[in-house]
Amino acid sequence: MADAAPSESFQVADQIKEEDTIDDSSKEEKKGDVKLEDLFADAESDDEFPSSRPAAATQSSSPGEMTPTSSQEGDTLKASDPEVMKSFYQRLFPWRYLFQWLNHSPTPTNDFSHREFAFTLSNDAYLRYQAFPTSEHIKKDVLRLMPSRFEIGPVYNTNPRDRKTLRNSTAFKPLSKELCFDIDLTDYDDIRTCCDKANICNKCWQFMTMAIKVVDAALREDFGFKHIMWVYSGRRGAHAWVCDKKARSMDDQKRRAVAGYLEVIRGGAQSGKKVNLRRPLHPHLTRSLDILKSHFQEDVLEVQNPWETDEQAEKLLQLLPDRQLNESLRKKWNSAPGRASLSKWADIDALAKTGASKSLDAKALLEAKQDIVLEYTYPRLDIEVSKKLNHLLKSPFVVHPGTGRVCVPIDTRSLEDFDPLGVPTVQSLLAEIDAWKEPEEVDPNSRPVQDWEKTSLKPYVEQFRAFVLALMKDERDVKVKRERDEGPESMDF
Amino acid sequence: MNRQTFTRHDPKRRAVIDHRKKQFAESSYQENTYPHRLNFYSVPPTADITLEQFEQWAIDRLRVLAELEACAFRNRGQDETAAHMKPFLEKYLPLGANSSSRGQEQSARLQEQRQKDHYSHFILRLAFASTEDLRRRFARVETALFRLRLQSDDINERAAFVQSLNLDWEQVSDKERKALREELAATSAAGYGAKIQPEEETWCKVDWERVPELVERRVVFLRGGKAYVPSREQQSMVVAEFTKALEKTLEMTARALPRLDEDDRLTPILNHLSKNFITPDAGYSSNTATPGAEISARNIDKLSSHFPACMSNLHRTLRRDAHLKHYGRLQYTLFLKGIGLSLDECLVFWRGSFSKITDDTFNKEYRYNVRHAYGDVGGDSNRRGGGYSPFSCQKILTEHPPGPGEAHGCPYRHFNMENLTALLQGMGVSDRGVLQGVKDDKENQKFHMACNRVFEHVHKAEIKKARDEGIMTANQLETIVHPNEYFKRSFILKNLDKKTEDVKMQG
Repeated sequence: MADAAPSESFQVADQIKEEDTIDDSSKEEKKGDVKLEDLFADAESDDEFPSSRPAAATQSSSPGEMTPTSSQEGDTLKASDPEVMKSFYQRLFPWRYLFQWLNHSPTPTNDFSHREFAFTLSNDAYLRYQAFPTSEHIKKDVLRLMPSRFEIGPVYNTNPRDRKTLRNSTAFKPLSKELCFDIDLTDYDDIRTCCDKANICNKCWQFMTMAIKVVDAALREDFGFKHIMWVYSGRRGAHAWVCDKKARSMDDQKRRAVAGYLEVIRGGAQSGKKVNLRRPLHPHLTRSLDILKSHFQEDVLEVQNPWETDEQAEKLLQLLPDRQLNESLRKKWNSAPGRASLSKWADIDALAKTGASKSLDAKALLEAKQDIVLEYTYPRLDIEVSKKLNHLLKSPFVVHPGTGRVCVPIDTRSLEDFDPLGVPTVQSLLAEIDAWKEPEEVDPNSRPVQDWEKTSLKPYVEQFRAFVLALMKDERDVKVKRERDEGPESMDF
Repeated sequence: MNRQTFTRHDPKRRAVIDHRKKQFAESSYQENTYPHRLNFYSVPPTADITLEQFEQWAIDRLRVLAELEACAFRNRGQDETAAHMKPFLEKYLPLGANSSSRGQEQSARLQEQRQKDHYSHFILRLAFASTEDLRRRFARVETALFRLRLQSDDINERAAFVQSLNLDWEQVSDKERKALREELAATSAAGYGAKIQPEEETWCKVDWERVPELVERRVVFLRGGKAYVPSREQQSMVVAEFTKALEKTLEMTARALPRLDEDDRLTPILNHLSKNFITPDAGYSSNTATPGAEISARNIDKLSSHFPACMSNLHRTLRRDAHLKHYGRLQYTLFLKGIGLSLDECLVFWRGSFSKITDDTFNKEYRYNVRHAYGDVGGDSNRRGGGYSPFSCQKILTEHPPGPGEAHGCPYRHFNMENLTALLQGMGVSDRGVLQGVKDDKENQKFHMACNRVFEHVHKAEIKKARDEGIMTANQLETIVHPNEYFKRSFILKNLDKKTEDVKMQG
């Protein structure tokens, strides 16, 4: 591959062909030895992420053939434009890591080949039950059909494409899928004041930050899951993929149990107080409350200011238990219109202390206040996604057709720094590839730079790769251990 | 794969005789004895019984199960159910404790009771293994029965029974118990009110997957995938094991069923049994149209005066927001389907109601779901089955509670009292006594009662008339347990009036 002269102008078809041959040769190498590390060295060097040649070469290729030639043009194109999507799937989408992530091993297994994919085509047709033996096959089919996005479903007991050949419909069953969570900012509409519906800003994204912290802590500490990936959904939410083997093989009842364990906000538009918890608080809730307290002060009271008007403040009063106290609070706030939520929150305790109510039950008030904190901060999960084994969820790294943003993984170690509005769009990424210049001094031994490495997608792909590697390592360790446990005789020689 | 090994609980069951002589051979099965009152039903019965016994025992058990399901369905609490079931159990399926038997005679009687319990379970298993739906229901009520009996079991005998099951549970050491004192205290008191010191209780540690029910209700402490279960809750672990085992064996029975090379003695009985397992939540047959009603899209507003609170709320929300969220649409669509609205009219109705969106959006995002509910599109089974059936109260009350911004569910259950009162007043119920009654019902979790109370209030005059003139029998006026039944009865009652007037005028 190092021989391929970078000066040649190239075309898509050539490149695919080139990839195929390379892939074949690397496959032959694979047969001999399936050591994970070797395969990874291999993954680095082959043409999974094709490298476009220096900018000059790209420009000399026929314009419009595959990429926008200038950054201005890139900005004006819509994300759902077929050319844009094609370049994205061709050059930037991390197919190999997607494959390894779902396959749990470098060599193809049923975990991948029996996995359902569902494509949303540009004409909004929805194709379910797609399945592919390897990453190459899915890539080819995606390039052929050009879906505006695709979703990932469960692994079935047979190839989903063969489901009609089975004796009866019940013989086709889902076996495993990652445990998924979906949090959507639209569910916060009754408590966020900055935006509504599909709109978001950094102020209300804080709700997502809190949600991720709480759910992540519970999944790790309580349930003992390790491989949890959070993914930005491209517009106004985030998904979690819990990939531990134990999580994947859970049936619906267990999924329902996890969902129920995490669900605190219950009730519809008309049910009034939405958090009604038993006391003493379960350790999970005590911990969540600890995490959420400071967020409540800063991100909710100060930033959202949810009880500014009298009408809004009435909502707060409805959640408080003591009538007399409420009366004095109402009086106080009426005389000072527009008093900030932070002060109003402080007023509750202040007035309670002065003895505004004779029959005040301090414990009930404290508990109501805790419930309010939770109602305004605790994660609002779209719980149906988590309850069912056969629910489909949008794949990481696809492009949100509306915003053009890539569904990138969120790094929970620097969760607070994640900026949903700073997530690269597909147009900007393509422009970055074009703007990229080969460094002056090229180390002749270095491998060619891949397209994603030239863009701001790089840290996200690297994060995904590290996640997948750790997951595969664990899966392999389990296998090795089982082999050791099962066949001690064979080791004794 | 390991099906073979699974069914062979007992090595003695293996056929040791030449298969050609098998039919003439005497049974070499081990005779069942019943040392415990409770039974996990892991070993099938082997002795001979008469055909009459076969049928009678099955019917007796069925009576108990049907009654039990009705209890769950009426939202009876645990104690209430136990009290209600006691006479039924004593009459049809008595099961004495070991301690109650003294002397030979009583001991024999005990064995007989247990045999009947054992055999009737397996007969019903045969009858209800055929479809997934029946299996699920059977597993659910059998579990309820098992739980009921487990609770009423003598403490020592229960311990002995649990011991005999050989479930591997790890005890939590004293040291760990002390270290986790606070966390354990927070969970041990949960749901009981009384604070019990964690040191005074024995705890065991199991993979949380084995007690999903406890995890879901957040009554156990979890750490690193292990659940810390207090001794009192160990009951529910036993129940979970029971369900698990039963579901598995039901599945196997289903697979073996086609090979049940049976003459015409048992099959008719079994079919008859499964057909008679009809209980309130068996659904509402949507083909019983309401006579005299013009059911069309433009008429829905008028008809909505006959809707129960749940549907009335959906209708109001739809008219107010020109939109409903997914489960709201589903619940409402199926109800409309149930009252006899055709698919075409239903599509017209939704298109008109979602007035803020374009035709294009409607066709793309909503049309398919409506058609799916009617069985017009979707998988084979969906189309063949004509889509989903309208939701019963049971389903609305227990499944998918509404989340933020959602309007489905049962207002009596999912609204707070203030909003419920507002809704009821909107429906024309302002009588203080009725509202107070609804409030009490709601507090006692008797949501059906509340709904029926409102129905009876709104149709007071008509019901009296119908009853006095013998137009509707008491049977036709029993408790409403399905929103579509509410509509149908309301419509008939209101129009019955008109009809009789017509008759009078003609006369």
